[in-house]
Amino acid sequence: MLSKRVVACLDVKNGELSKGVQFVATEMLGDPVAKAKAYYEDGLDELVFYDITASSDERNIMLDVVQKVAQEIFIPFSVGGGIRTREDAAGLLMAGAEKISLNSAAVLRPELIKECAQAIGTQNTVLSMDVRAVTKNTACPSGYEVVINGGRKSMGIDAIQWARKACALGAGEVVVNSIDADGMKQGYEIKLTRMVAEAISVPVVASGGAGTPAHLQSVLTEGKADAALVASMVHYGDYRVPDIKQYLHDQGIKVRMNY
Amino acid sequence: MGPSVTIVDYDAGNLRSVQRACEAVGLRAKISGDPEVVKRADRLIFPGVGTAETAMVTLARLGLDEAVVTFFKTGRPLLGICLGLQILLEHTEEGDRDCLGIIPGRCKRFEFGDPDLKVPQIGWNEVSQSADHALLTGVPAGAEFYFVHSYFAMPDKASHVLAETTFGDRTFASVIGRDNVFATQFHLEKSGRFGLDLLAAFGQWDGAVC
Repeated sequence: MLSKRVVACLDVKNGELSKGVQFVATEMLGDPVAKAKAYYEDGLDELVFYDITASSDERNIMLDVVQKVAQEIFIPFSVGGGIRTREDAAGLLMAGAEKISLNSAAVLRPELIKECAQAIGTQNTVLSMDVRAVTKNTACPSGYEVVINGGRKSMGIDAIQWARKACALGAGEVVVNSIDADGMKQGYEIKLTRMVAEAISVPVVASGGAGTPAHLQSVLTEGKADAALVASMVHYGDYRVPDIKQYLHDQGIKVRMNY
Repeated sequence: MGPSVTIVDYDAGNLRSVQRACEAVGLRAKISGDPEVVKRADRLIFPGVGTAETAMVTLARLGLDEAVVTFFKTGRPLLGICLGLQILLEHTEEGDRDCLGIIPGRCKRFEFGDPDLKVPQIGWNEVSQSADHALLTGVPAGAEFYFVHSYFAMPDKASHVLAETTFGDRTFASVIGRDNVFATQFHLEKSGRFGLDLLAAFGQWDGAVC
């Protein structure tokens, strides 16, 4: 039986873990490679790097990080943030990423999904979407809209329609990130996740809001997610990956326990 | 120096990740798309992601289809991974295409009535040994490996099914093999410690089933 996946997301800025992570990462301060390796050894199922480097001329630093990580960890890992062309995507794959994750650039130019899927394969092309709850209206009948630039800019696009369109263009997996729930540690946006999961035929990764293992349990069952993304709840040392997996296992959810 | 392996290059996916995994377990791994190099390899890894149609066209264009079959006949160890497993069979439903025919049988697409079962299968799943094989002796019961696929192998002979995996209500052959060929539907290069162990075992394998 296919296991549900626990995915950790690391924000990387100029080749270093961003502030939130550094705050607690003691002996591995600032080094995304060491952190990735620690999670790998702890039985993490998948890793996501999000490049929050502001300027494009610093992107080579990220390629270097990806290369180093690829030599150390042997589970799938994806890279997102700032991918605007198929060349960006192919470069990251060559450096050792398993998948690439498209976000704002795909909203602004949906053809990018198709171009990447053709260049690196559907199964390696992930759509990550930032979503916010709104009052239902004709442009957003689901009551959820797509936002870009880290949630700062509303696009007036319906989230469910966008997920469907992205899959039709070749996205092989969809990450649903709730801007409302993000960072609140009050649980995932279950309703949104479930709506997306029921609307598309590719796996869905829930993101935003994880604070306790019970939150993962809810989104993996009620929310129908195939995978759950965690960030601060593991980065700050509140929980370790094996503890989360043990909890899910005890609740009867199939997760990879032997690693 | 460790054993040397040659990874077949036919523009089908990220060969570097296979190469890195080889290096991590002490194998010297070179990537080559030259049919002569492939035929002369000590050990061959036949990887692949993407579609079977594209793969078969590219293999034929580069003369690598014959080279892989020729290599198989030498009796030296051959490892197929993911699409590299599917192409070893005689035929695939994907694009209704004839493949290399090293292992009798065909590939079929997952089809489920339950919409909650997403295809491709992406993620970790258990691999249960169904026949004795030298390479599988080190794999513990319940070990999980990383899969990404929409099609699965159906070998004609039960003896060619070495291990099985269940996805939804379908139990399929996740490891197949005969003689000196061993092939996994999962990505052992992305399957953590157990995947690396299997790769290391391949590096030592003499090509005999037991």
